[in-house]
Amino acid sequence: MVSPSGYTSRETRRHCHDLLPDPLVLFFLLGLAARLLRSDLRVPESLYEALALYLLLAIGLKGGVELASHPLAQLGTQVAGVLALGFAAPLAAFAVLRWVGRLPVPDSASIAGHYGSVSVVTFAVATGWLASRGIAHEPYMAVFVAILEVPGILVGIALARALAPGRVQWGRLAHEVFLGKGIVLLLGGLAIGWAAGPAQFAPLKPLFVDLFKGVLAFFLLEMGLVVGRQLGDARRAGAFLLAFAVGVPIAFGAAGAWAGLALGFTPGGATLLATLAASASYIAAPAAMRIAIPEANPALSLTAALGITFPFNITVGIPLYHRIAVGLAG
Amino acid sequence: MDTHARKLVVIITEAILEKPLVEDVKRLGALGYTVYDVRGGGKRGERAGAWDADRNIEMKVIATEPVAEAISRHVLETYCANYSVTVFLADVAVLRPEKFP
Repeated sequence: MVSPSGYTSRETRRHCHDLLPDPLVLFFLLGLAARLLRSDLRVPESLYEALALYLLLAIGLKGGVELASHPLAQLGTQVAGVLALGFAAPLAAFAVLRWVGRLPVPDSASIAGHYGSVSVVTFAVATGWLASRGIAHEPYMAVFVAILEVPGILVGIALARALAPGRVQWGRLAHEVFLGKGIVLLLGGLAIGWAAGPAQFAPLKPLFVDLFKGVLAFFLLEMGLVVGRQLGDARRAGAFLLAFAVGVPIAFGAAGAWAGLALGFTPGGATLLATLAASASYIAAPAAMRIAIPEANPALSLTAALGITFPFNITVGIPLYHRIAVGLAG
Repeated sequence: MDTHARKLVVIITEAILEKPLVEDVKRLGALGYTVYDVRGGGKRGERAGAWDADRNIEMKVIATEPVAEAISRHVLETYCANYSVTVFLADVAVLRPEKFP
């Protein structure tokens, strides 16, 4: 059937679907709208925690299983390159915050730590985005999520304490950083998945692989509610922080895409690395920074990371980083 | 029934401080404590407890007056400058004084 515009009805529908955001993003927008309209919708805290545990474990397990069929030695250069990126990013962010934004040292260091670390949920949305478009990527990318979670936090704290001396209980902090639930579940999942291999993992697949996108959708509904609460602060954030929270992800995303291609990743893998570089932590980093740099204002870093950068990345950022990666790959 | 006068110290603060506070009150002489997850609002905004960095706790400690004062002073000096903290004391009567040194 041909409509007056010349499109067949199926083409018209597909065209509309291309314009609509990914369903995952729609779940996020539903939560956001519910919060902004002051709906009484609330995801129970225990459910939110359970979903977060599931996502971390599932990402780790899936990466681990894929890792089992890859010679580990080949990963050496990529791990070293990604680690270098993880240490360079917070330094660059700090320089911008301190010398362009003229923020105090503790705030600059704390925000730099958030942007040096990564958001696992943003990564998960990016894998979903690639999968729904049939774009291939290195299946063991979860390794780099775990690797990139820590350096940003360490650099942020080191910067704060080098430039504005104060007491840091490094023992307690190391415990907080390396034994936070993110690292334990990601690395634990990677190890279990790697030890199990594809055959033994098969019975677990229905729970940890097949249900993944549905759980992620549910989690994004809650993220919409949480971000909706942050938006009030975002309106008061000031022009510099707004520009930082959008500009830095784009710059880091481009750098991540370039680094990914230079390290031999496919454009899909480079897109994921770009997304990791562009994302900012809002679970591991806030906890560590609150303990290590108590004089930093947590409202600034959370507003930027959660209120602005997270929604920017899952709506505009991920497609943009993919376009950059494809463009750079030629 | 015999009752014994003690002080109840109540600390309402960010959940991130739970671990350090537990260590502090034990070190300062309290034998026990109770912690709840709570939500509320104040000078520094609203905390609904919806996710990790947004959670608040309430800690209750019953102790003798010197211990209760030491805990309150320590909380004021250590945490009040940089964290959202409400701390207050109340008179309570306990039945088994050996539990609350």
